Amino acid sequence: MALEQTQAAANKKLALKLVWIIAGALLFAFALVPLYDVICSVTGLNGKTKSTPESASQAVVDLQREVTVQFVSSVMPGLGWNFYPKQSSVKVHPGQVTTVMFEAKNTTNVEVAGQAIPSVTPGKASAHLKKIECFCFVRQTLKPGEVRALPLRFFVSAELPKDVQEMTLSYSFFPASQ
Amino acid sequence: MSTTTVAHHDEHHDDHPTGIMRWLTTTNHKDIGTMYLTFSLVMFLVGGSMILGIRAELFKPGLQLMNPEFFNQLIGVHALIMIFAALMPAATGFANWMLPLQIGAPDMALPRLNNWGFWILPPSAILLTLPFTLALFGVGDGALATGWTFYPPLSVQGGIGVDFAIFAVHLLGISSVLGSINIIVTIYNMRAPGMTLMKMPMFAWGWLITAFLLIATIPVLAGAVTMLLTDRHFGTHFFDAAGGGDPIMFQHLFWFFGHPEVYILLLPVWGFIPQILQTFSRKPMYGYKAQVYSLWAIGALAVVVWAHHFFTAGMPVPALLYFMYSTMAISLPLAVLFYCWIRTMWKGSMSFETPMLFTVGWIILFGIGGLTGLVLADVAADAQYHNSYFVVAHFHYTLFAGGIMGIMAGVYYWLPKMTGHMYNEKLGKTHFWLTAISFNVTFIPQFFVGLAGMPRRIPDYALQFAEFNMISTVGAFVLGLSQLLFVYIIISCVKGGKKATDKVWEGAQGLEWTLSSPPPYHSFTEQPVVK
Repeated sequence: MALEQTQAAANKKLALKLVWIIAGALLFAFALVPLYDVICSVTGLNGKTKSTPESASQAVVDLQREVTVQFVSSVMPGLGWNFYPKQSSVKVHPGQVTTVMFEAKNTTNVEVAGQAIPSVTPGKASAHLKKIECFCFVRQTLKPGEVRALPLRFFVSAELPKDVQEMTLSYSFFPASQ
Repeated sequence: MSTTTVAHHDEHHDDHPTGIMRWLTTTNHKDIGTMYLTFSLVMFLVGGSMILGIRAELFKPGLQLMNPEFFNQLIGVHALIMIFAALMPAATGFANWMLPLQIGAPDMALPRLNNWGFWILPPSAILLTLPFTLALFGVGDGALATGWTFYPPLSVQGGIGVDFAIFAVHLLGISSVLGSINIIVTIYNMRAPGMTLMKMPMFAWGWLITAFLLIATIPVLAGAVTMLLTDRHFGTHFFDAAGGGDPIMFQHLFWFFGHPEVYILLLPVWGFIPQILQTFSRKPMYGYKAQVYSLWAIGALAVVVWAHHFFTAGMPVPALLYFMYSTMAISLPLAVLFYCWIRTMWKGSMSFETPMLFTVGWIILFGIGGLTGLVLADVAADAQYHNSYFVVAHFHYTLFAGGIMGIMAGVYYWLPKMTGHMYNEKLGKTHFWLTAISFNVTFIPQFFVGLAGMPRRIPDYALQFAEFNMISTVGAFVLGLSQLLFVYIIISCVKGGKKATDKVWEGAQGLEWTLSSPPPYHSFTEQPVVK
């Protein structure tokens, strides 16, 4: 009987240790979220660009090189807008500040706010797309039927890896609460 | 004096409730094992009939029987049921039944936890299937329609069925984590005197590694689906790009669990397959140590290769290369295992009873599953094969052939021990040939349509795929109906049949064969000593 009791105590002890492993694994799952964000913002893996303006003052223009920047747009379900870039692509020298225009139109008869979310492909180019002014930094609120020209001023940094000759900047407009 | 105490003690133990209360309150490992196996068989038939609906729809191009939403619901619930409610409980059922017998323990280490672990399963199965019924009464729009992978943004936008599935996954996760704790504690603390870790039966090794994988990865899945739940209802933005989240992150979290899950389903089978091989080859298993180390190597590699499931989601080249090479590296320990399995049969005095037929068929078909997996692991090739029927055929070779046919081998192998009766050998062999042939008729055409570009999870398809889909559907129906024979064989074996001897098989090795068939309700109350 005594043997059975020590056995039961040992079983309970080991089981509790395993519960700690499980708790650790659960904690690890939630820790992966900030970890993922850090890894992505350091490496640019998920194509996100900075949501704050950069300054163009220190930009060096590299006239030897030319990079094609393509623009893609989409509107997510739940937002009754038309949204498209006025030019499908531009050729720029790294460091050269360029302005491109997008246009959004509210096709519904209510006032709606939208937030544009950028993404750059390939991911390693995302850190090198520097925005000086962007409609994506703030929410855009459009009155019924309103058409708005949305400017983007940016440059491509000269540190862009040599093998990138083409990059795509995509904007998705999501419905945003007022 | 002491003898009376002992007698009283035994009486007390045998005084268990009868009828339904026996099964609700039981803490006996054999009862719980039986319940797990029965539950698994029932859910196997439920999940199987769902996929017959899918195959019927795919018999001809165009939409005949169901709308695309219902088609998508069937696909997702089929997978969740087969993985969580059929394959995993079957493996846990075998663990409950056989681990204590194989390592000479009187019962599982934590019997009450064991009871609880099982009884969480039926409610979660109800949660998974209830949305179908609710939709009939106009509540919600049916079960989850995202496929079993829950990818956002679809799963964030989906209806009430997604919530049901999330809670079902929570419960299923709790159940398998409890089962794992129990198995690890049993294996570490309850082995018979003299049975060192390196003398353990291979099944114990397979399950030990499985259990560690489960407790390390199920919480990650639970966390991921919880984030999904809060994204859906509580305004968080883990996966919602509009709020700064990232839907790709879900894929990382999901497959961090999802890839080890593949090995969770297979490792228990890799445990008892060598035992069946040695029994019917009538010689000791080849390369015991090599197999144990290979199992550990695969268990360790399983948690570092997850991103090969979404190569096409976009990754930098170094990451692609890392995940490709690490995935391919798994084939090395697996090749060692295959070598050991074949070498165990080599020059053995082999006989081909049903369990052995299933095992040999298993080695061949699982081998095909493994080799086609190598093709998918190739980043360049995967760009074409991703989300095609090639993937569907590949993972059914690993999970139906590698998982379920392995489980069937185990059922035939241990059924005489569990019931005390021999099953009908002739029907068993018929079941094997029907299953093996119709399985190939079902899935070989899917390799071809996949290579030709037919996408998975789509209810309609281009005319060029029509013939192959027709063949595949015919195969699937034969495969499905053959399983009714399996059910009949099991039921008639439980009811009666030729009396099984204690050893059952001439070449059987291991402690479970030293007990009577069926074993007494309480076995190994005196632990055997292993030399």
